[in-house]
Amino acid sequence: MSMAAAVPLNKTEDEAQNFDRGKVGVICLLMTEVALFSIFVTAYIFFMGKSPTGPYPADVLTVPVWGTICLLSSSLTAELAVLGLRKNAMRRFQLCWGITILLGAEFLRQTGIEWRKLIQVDGLTISTNVFGTTYYSLVGLHASHVVIGLTLLTLVFVLGLRGASLAPQQRRIELLSWYWHFVDAVWVVVFTVVYIIGR
Amino acid sequence: MHGTTMVFFVGMPFIAGLANYLIPLMIGTRDMAFPRLNALGFWLTLFGGILLYSSYLAWAGTAGQGSAPDVGWFAYAPLTEKAFSPGTSTDFWILSIIMSSTGSTITAVNILATALCLRTKGMTLARMPLFVWMFCVVAFQILVAMPPLTAAQIMLLLDRFLGAHFFDTAASGSAVLWMHFFWLFGHPEVYILMIPGFACVTEIVPVFSRKPIFGRAAMIGASVSIGLISLGVWAHHMYTVGLPANANIFFATGTMLVGVPTGIKIFNWLATMWGGRIRFQTPMLFCIAFLFQFLIAGLTGIMLGVAPFDWQLGNSYFVVAHFHYTLIGGLLMTLFGAIYYWFPKATGRMLSETLGKWHFWLLLIGFHVTFDPLHFAGLLGMPRRIYTYPAGRGWEGFNYFSSWGVVIQAAAILIFVWNVVDSLVRGQKAGNDPWDGWTLEWATTSPPPEYNFAELPEVRSSRPLWDLKHPEDPDWKYEQSAAS
Repeated sequence: MSMAAAVPLNKTEDEAQNFDRGKVGVICLLMTEVALFSIFVTAYIFFMGKSPTGPYPADVLTVPVWGTICLLSSSLTAELAVLGLRKNAMRRFQLCWGITILLGAEFLRQTGIEWRKLIQVDGLTISTNVFGTTYYSLVGLHASHVVIGLTLLTLVFVLGLRGASLAPQQRRIELLSWYWHFVDAVWVVVFTVVYIIGR
Repeated sequence: MHGTTMVFFVGMPFIAGLANYLIPLMIGTRDMAFPRLNALGFWLTLFGGILLYSSYLAWAGTAGQGSAPDVGWFAYAPLTEKAFSPGTSTDFWILSIIMSSTGSTITAVNILATALCLRTKGMTLARMPLFVWMFCVVAFQILVAMPPLTAAQIMLLLDRFLGAHFFDTAASGSAVLWMHFFWLFGHPEVYILMIPGFACVTEIVPVFSRKPIFGRAAMIGASVSIGLISLGVWAHHMYTVGLPANANIFFATGTMLVGVPTGIKIFNWLATMWGGRIRFQTPMLFCIAFLFQFLIAGLTGIMLGVAPFDWQLGNSYFVVAHFHYTLIGGLLMTLFGAIYYWFPKATGRMLSETLGKWHFWLLLIGFHVTFDPLHFAGLLGMPRRIYTYPAGRGWEGFNYFSSWGVVIQAAAILIFVWNVVDSLVRGQKAGNDPWDGWTLEWATTSPPPEYNFAELPEVRSSRPLWDLKHPEDPDWKYEQSAAS
């Protein structure tokens, strides 16, 4: 067979017409994550008000204002960091990225304090009633995502501190910030369902 | 164990394998978008399977008899709770499913990223092979339908190990919630298994009819609609639960609706064959058998989709016969067709046509002798999941035939295995393009080199190799509208 009309396999030319595979990959990941969270949110809503015995949400839950402020502002600082990275302002990037990590860690600390109070003072555990079951699993699923996000953020931060050149990794760091924004967006849903509607 | 094995450790790996091998070849690239991630997906699936089967070596199951998972493939709660399934067999099941479904999800990410990001120069989405289009639909379904299963499995683990109450009916948990979550995965899953079969037929039928596929755009539209509608019909597996009448009507309507795009596809395949110079070689024979059998399977599916009919026959052998008709008569037949079609590409040698015809006819006869009678046994009231029954119910004859059918099918499979082994050693050399195909995989050597292509023909239509072989009458002259 003649290959008269053959074109050489040139990677950059190949990809010029197409989408960025990193972006497609992360969007796919976030899509499955949305589906995963929807199931836990559905379970929470399904079991709302179905606990035969207490403690009930209205008795023990308080709106976590400070933690929420921390987490949501961390999205802002993450975005500022990425903007800094794009302009190659590495000090600004490290500063904002570091603040993002601190804010995320503070959110986790607040969750820890809340859980300790629920367990020790109110006697609510995952096996107490269906409220405990759905509350700890939904908030815990979100918190575990925060932990994963924080681990990755810290990895980038430490590499930066040790003098690794982050500018060539800009694309990957931006994708990581997408994940962090996603974790924050999920919190808005969890917050609304658990602390506003469910209380 | 049979259902779990067939769905998660036969069907899904086969589909992932087809996708990984063929998609890069069809779109003219060297490998999938994320090769390392892909390896992770493969090993997760493999070790998921090993984990499942290692349960045979573990502690006692539900009734203290044997240690293999004994809760069925849909594992209804509360049977799966610690109180009713002590021992570890159910935990083996949960963990192996979580592993393999994570593997499938990774494959899905890879399929979408590969198809969207690595197409060769000139291959627009409009010119992408329908095989790849359908796998994109499958990948999308996996991405949204696997998480409900994973979520439900996590909840079940929490129930079993931390004393949570999701499905614990004694503490206000809900058994029906498990059914919803499971079938929210389980129904799309049957399309995840079936659409790859459609994808193979869509490649094979045109080549063996010597005509381009009829209604290419309609084919894409139908695949996407099946992908979307099938996400909203899960509760037709749950009519016998006693859902509200409105819910039954909604899900029955959705089930009817899925029949429409599926019908469009069947008409398109028939219209492709119509007036074509059909070559009745083994891959095509399997596809033709698929068309007839899948039509019947679709009809029994529509019957079961009608709620009152299902109240009568839910959990009977009619259901068993229906889904074996789709998965054996539909999927397995197309996968065998696919093996005969692409084996020469993958190995460089043809499978024997004589043995292939023996394989085909014996499997076809064996299949019908096995599964046709089960419809009638089901209509006469034979329930699922029994290993014996009292004499005089009128089921004996049907089951007798069915058992003999299995012997015929086994003979067919033995011939197939012999065909593969023998052809690998002594098979006729295939050359690059034994079937006179039109998609890019036939442009490279058989077997393809590690990097797939040294050079590629220019892609200007959906049949680049036709253009190359027929420069006097290329397709791109007629596909201008789609070329932009």
